This record gives sequence, C-alpha cells and structure tokens, in this order.
Amino acid sequence: MSASALAHHDGPPADYLSDSTVASWLLTTDHKRVGILYMISVTVFFAVGGLIAGLMRLELMTPKGDVLATPDSYNRMFTMHGVIMIFFFLVPAIPSVLGNFLIPLMIGARDLAFPKINLLSWYVYIIGGLMGVWILIFGGIDTGWTFYTPFSTMYSNTMVVTAAVTVFITGFSSILTGLNFVVTVHTMRAPGMTWFRLPLFVWSHYATALIMVLATPVLAISIVLVGLERLFHVGIFDPKLGGDPILFQHLFWFYSHPAVYIMVLPGFAVISEIIPCFARRPIFGYRFIAFASVAIAIFGFLVWGHHMFVSGQSMYAGAVFSILSFLVAIPSAIKVFNWTATLYKGSIKFDTPMLYALGFIGLFTIGGLTGLMLASLAIDVHVHDTYFVVAHFHYIMVGGTTMAYLAGIHFWWPKISGRTYPELWGKLSALLVFVGFNLTFFPQFLLGYLGMPRRYFEYRPEFQVLNVMSTAGASILAVGLIMPLVYLLLSLRQPRNAGPNPWGATGLEWQVESPPTTHNFHEPVLVTCEPYLYSPEEAEREYAHVQHVHSS
Amino acid sequence: MWDFPLFPDQASTNAPKLDALMLFELGVLVFFTMAILLFVLAFCVRYRRGNAADRSHPPTHSKAMEAVWIVIPAILSVVMYAWSTRLFFDLYEAPADATQIDVVGKQWMWYVQHSQGRSETNELHVPLGRPMKLNMTSQDVLHSFYIPAFRIKQDVLPGRYTSLWFEPTKVGVYNLFCAEYCGTNHSLMIGKVHVMEPADYEAWLSEKGVGPSQAEEGGRLFVQHHCAGCHRGSQTVQAPRLEGVYGKPVPIQDGKDVHFVTADDRYIRDSILLPKDQVVAGYEPIMPSFKDQISETDLLKIIAYIKSIANGETSQ
Repeated sequence: MSASALAHHDGPPADYLSDSTVASWLLTTDHKRVGILYMISVTVFFAVGGLIAGLMRLELMTPKGDVLATPDSYNRMFTMHGVIMIFFFLVPAIPSVLGNFLIPLMIGARDLAFPKINLLSWYVYIIGGLMGVWILIFGGIDTGWTFYTPFSTMYSNTMVVTAAVTVFITGFSSILTGLNFVVTVHTMRAPGMTWFRLPLFVWSHYATALIMVLATPVLAISIVLVGLERLFHVGIFDPKLGGDPILFQHLFWFYSHPAVYIMVLPGFAVISEIIPCFARRPIFGYRFIAFASVAIAIFGFLVWGHHMFVSGQSMYAGAVFSILSFLVAIPSAIKVFNWTATLYKGSIKFDTPMLYALGFIGLFTIGGLTGLMLASLAIDVHVHDTYFVVAHFHYIMVGGTTMAYLAGIHFWWPKISGRTYPELWGKLSALLVFVGFNLTFFPQFLLGYLGMPRRYFEYRPEFQVLNVMSTAGASILAVGLIMPLVYLLLSLRQPRNAGPNPWGATGLEWQVESPPTTHNFHEPVLVTCEPYLYSPEEAEREYAHVQHVHSS
Repeated sequence: MWDFPLFPDQASTNAPKLDALMLFELGVLVFFTMAILLFVLAFCVRYRRGNAADRSHPPTHSKAMEAVWIVIPAILSVVMYAWSTRLFFDLYEAPADATQIDVVGKQWMWYVQHSQGRSETNELHVPLGRPMKLNMTSQDVLHSFYIPAFRIKQDVLPGRYTSLWFEPTKVGVYNLFCAEYCGTNHSLMIGKVHVMEPADYEAWLSEKGVGPSQAEEGGRLFVQHHCAGCHRGSQTVQAPRLEGVYGKPVPIQDGKDVHFVTADDRYIRDSILLPKDQVVAGYEPIMPSFKDQISETDLLKIIAYIKSIANGETSQ
C-alpha cells in the first residue's frame, strides 16, 4: 500500500522484543507487547479451561458419575469451564491479542490512541483472572456461567459474590479495549487511509469494539444486582422478595447475546485477511463484508430474547425475537458467500493459515445453520437446554473463534516473532483440530435431539454411545490444540528467518520488519490505494518461474 | 449390547409435526452446507496454484450476486419462521376439553397432582389420545419440564404458573427430564411418563381407592385456612363471594380508577399471597396474607376448588 514504510535508517533500529527485562514488559505501553502479554495469558486460561473440559468429557464417558466423584464437583467444573472459556479466552482472544498487535500497524499508526489504558486493560484482566483461579481452588461456583436467578441469588452455597466481582472486573478490561479501538480507528488512521481503504480486519474489530463498549456495562449492572440481592435480599430477581427471575435473564442476555458477536466478529476479521492472501485475489464484495459486520453488531442487540423462548416470557415476545434472529443470519450468510466467491479465479495455496480458515468456514456454516433451527420457536422448545444447544454454540463460538484465532496466530506468527514454523506440523494440527472438533461436537447435535439435557452429571444409558464418541473426539482435538503450542514455542529457538513479508501479503503490517520496531513505522505513512490488491495471474507467473528455476 | 437410538420416540400429536419441520430445516441446512462445501472444494481444486485455469479479471463485487444470496435465504427464513411460529402458538392453546394436571417442581423432584385426586412423584401417568394440560409452578428455583418423546418443554418458575398441553399417541414409558439447571442433583431430577390405554388409566387413578378429588381437597383446605369464614355463606366480615368468579373479569380498585383483571390461576394465587395488591372494588383491604403458610401444592388445590365452583355449584 505505502511505498515509504521501509525507509533506511542509520544503524539497525530496535525491534519491540529487544528489551527483555521483566520491568520493561510489565510497564510497557507498546500495543505489540500488550498483545503478547495477552497472548501468554489467554493461552494459560485456555489450557485451564480445556483441562476442565477434558475432565468433564472423561466423566461423561459413562452414564454414572464415577470420575469426578460428586455432582457438586461436576457442577463447579462446568461453571468454571464456561466462565474461563468465555470471559478469559473467547472474548479477549482475537481482539486483545491480534487486535492489539495489528490494528495500529494496519492503519499506519505508532500505537493505539490510549497506550496506558491498553496496559491497564491487561492488568484489570489479570486481576479478574487471578480471582477466577482463586475461586477455582477455594471452593468453586455451581451456578453455571449464566448465573440464573433465584438459584444464584438465594440457593447456591458457593462463591457467587466473588464470581460476580470477578466477572464485573473482567468486563472493564473488555470495555477499555473496545474504547481504545473505537477512538484509535477514528483518530489515528494514516493520511489516505479512508474508511473504505481499511482492511476488513479493522472493520470487524471496529464493530466488535462498539458492542464491547455498549453491552458490557449491562452485564456489569446485572451481575452487581445479583450480588446485592444475595447479600442484602433486595428483591429484584427472587419472587419470594417480590422480584422477577425473568428480569435477570433479560438483563443477562442483553449482554451475553451480543457477546457471541464479540467472540465471532473478530474471527470474521481474521478470515477476511487470510482468504484473499492465500487465494491471491481481491476479496469479493468488500463493502458488503464491511457493512455486514456493522449489521451483525446492530442486530446482535435485538435478539437476546431468543434465549428465553421457554422461559415463561410472553409467546408474542418469542415471535418477535424469533424473526429478528432469522434476520441476523443474513449478514452472516453474506460473509460466508463472499469468502467462497473470493476463491473463484484465485491462485490458491494451502498453507496452515488457509487450512484453518477453510475449516472455519465449515464449522461456522454448520453452527450458523443450526442456529436457524434454534431460532425456530417450535424446534427450540424441544432442543432448548439440551446438548443440541451445547453443540450449536460450540460450533459457532469455540469452532469459529478458536479456528480463526489459530489461523491468525499462524498467519501473523512470522510478523510477531520473526520466525517461521514447520508447515507440515501446522497443516497436521489444522487437520486434527478440524476432525477432532467435528467428532467431539457433531454427536452432541444427535444427543440433543434425542433429548439429553445439558449440565447433566449422570445420564440415561441410551445416550452413552454418542457420549463416548464425543469424548474420543475431544482427545483428538486436545492433541491438535497442543501441537501448535509446542512447535510455535520451539520455533523461537531458531534465528529470525521470516523476513518482512513471508506470505507476499498486502497490508501495511507486512511492510515493516519482522518483528516490527518499537515505533512500527520509520516515516509517516501515506496510503494511496485500496487493500487486497492481489493478482492471481502474477502469482501464477511467479509460481511457474520458481518451478522452472528448481527444475533447471 | 448398547441401546443406541438415533431418533427420539414420537409419542404425541406434536412430535410428528415438529419432526416434519425439523426435517425441512435439516434439508435446508444440508443443502447450503453441501453447496458451500462443493463450491469451496471445486474452487480449491480448479484454482489451486499451478493449475492451469482462466484467472483473468477476477470479479471484485457483484450487486446481482449479493442480491441473490440475500433474497433466497430471506425467503427460506420467512417460511421456516411462519411454520415454526404456528406450531409454537399451538403448544400454548390447549383444547377446551383438556384435562388439567398440576405439577410442582422442587429441588430435586417432580410432584404431580391429578385432578381426580391421585398424586405421584417423578412419575406421570396419562391416558392415550386425550389432551392433557399441564399447570406448573416451582417451590424454589427455576426448573424446566421436558418430555423429549412429546417434543415439549416449559420452564417452571417460582411464584408463577406456566402451562403446556399435549396429546399422547403411543402407549409406552418415556423420559421426563428437568432441563433447566437447578443445582446439585439437577441430573437426578428425572422421571418417567407412562402413556396408558384410557381404561388402564382409569383403573390406575382409582388403584389406591377413590380418594377426594383435587377440588374436594381444596374445599377442605378452604375451610381449614378460614377462607370460608369470610368468603362463603352469610359472612360477618365483608368479602367477595367466590362462586362463579373463576375465569371472569374482576373489578379492581386502582387508586380512584377501576380496572378489570381476569380471575385466573395467577390472580387467585396472588390474592391469597399478596391480598393487598389487587383489591376488588367496593371491599376493604383487610384480608391477611397467607404467604409462607400455604404450600404450593395446597395453593393448587384451593385454586382447583375455586375453579370447581365457577358454575355456581359448591362441593360441600
């Protein structure tokens, strides 16, 4: 895009990794370093959440409770699995790691608009995370991540208030990140970087940031109300005190449905960068994809009631939330169709990020279309609160977000670390994750339609075969997820060999060194063209040339 | 060796209707998934790097294409929406002749009360081919009453009545689950639904001898809790008579205004527990609250009694 980003200086400029003291990391205001801090922390939380998932799947191998000993320990496990995976992995993973690292680079800025607030967001996140781990060790919480009242306010004997404080604190981290992104995209774009020259990664993160800023406070408020009712019996949610349990569900899902898009929109962001790069052609329908992100962010606020079709809310409310939920599927479909069309007349290369991205399309399509079944009122009555829902939201949130996160980590790893990783291992991991994921969660659609409710410590014997398949799949998935951790860490031992642009990608971030210098750009950046100016014919010519050189 | 079903039993009139819709949506899902998969695979094979193919002028946008893939999913969505919403509304409009069964959920069991008098726990006996209406409440937290073979589910809430209806179509024994997480033994809060031939059902109802019906029990409680002293006969305290009240609009004094409320289960329940909230026009708010004095199951019996005197006949 810009011709002048790689200017020559006197002496080698310091890259952002060169100062290795602990203090320099813990006091950094460099968006790239904050991204790395987040990367390390979300990886740790993902490992903890995944370990708990593994224990739960072991428990569910047999219909009787025999691995985790008591129903209470199981209930605490699935609650912590949900809380950790959602609040400490899925929500922050892509925005806080890749978004922090890449947004300033992509728009030609030296940093985010508020570098110190960015560091603060990480500390807030870590404080929340440590409290979460503290809860896990000293007693746990058994309400489920949804904290439904009046169970959470009056009946549970576990650490509900502490967990509420944890979620409240962690929410601020999300709000701060969102605020930073919104202001950065508005004020820090390089000259010439108009809205329609923004990479789609930035568009998606912009839409995500709006949801983070607008929805997260509602979660904070509802969780404070749960704490107040539990401590002081104020009578907001408990009918015995004159409260309304459905009110909590309205408040909770007013955040937590948009939160699904906080998790998935950044996934779209990554996929929209990778597919044009590896298909070597401009993305199809740039503006439709950009506007679809904003449309999803807006519609996302209007569909919370579809979590409550059988809750006892008015059936007319159900009918309205149902049609709105069908509507939100359309911008999602636009994205999938546009990515598919981007492959047409491309010059496609199947490196690891591309394999993960194609896997994302598969999982997201299945997750999205089963979402239509759940949006259908009568079907939802049958499958609500069963494993069908568990399978659906794992396809969307876990399949979608994790595949996209891994795609992004592989794609930008050379930029972040300056090193390449072994492609063969990368491709194998993408394959194992895809196969393992489907084997884990596809049987759960069947389990749900057969009628197995979620959050069950024990189950009817006829559900066992499918549960065993699911557990077997989970072990394959675990291997697929551990592999990148190993080979990416090992790649750090080799010398920096990536070069500024190993994929031959467009985008400002590929015009700076790998790893980038502390201040990103040596000279002011001027943007003069649209993103994704790839040429498939040129890619073919280069490929033919390389083949020719090798054969002669 | 293992019992390994892939499709749930169909044992109510609702089940085949729902399965038909589900198969339609499954068809849509499979069609789109396959279409996307085929296009992705075809493009990946044909346009893989190094494969000779025409790559000139790759299209960057097409409003016509976008319109096609917006309009087609939109039309299919409207079809699915209309179909499923129709079925959904049917679930809440019980036929007039449906027999009512009262259900109370509590940590961690289902208490079921038949109107003819017999009650049971974690079991539900119903006759084949007759519409049954469930009237449900919870004594503590949220529960959810779920019979997969009937394709019905409804959350059960403390302080409120929710309802559903079904008509069994196949004799057999089916699972009854609690689907809303309700604490430690959530997964043990399960029961069995027995669909019986009507004659067997009648025999089962009177198996333990013909006891007092739900309404008769309610009439007894009505006297025991001193409701009768004010609400029946030539009372000295002025209170509204309850004969013929059930299901009718009742005038409520609301400040200076009067508005009407239907005397349904919920209104009667609220009037017993929170009598000062909705006072009938022309009466003083003197009734004491029976909060924490009458159990959920007894409340249901008293409501059944008041319902039974809706046509003016009393059961004393």
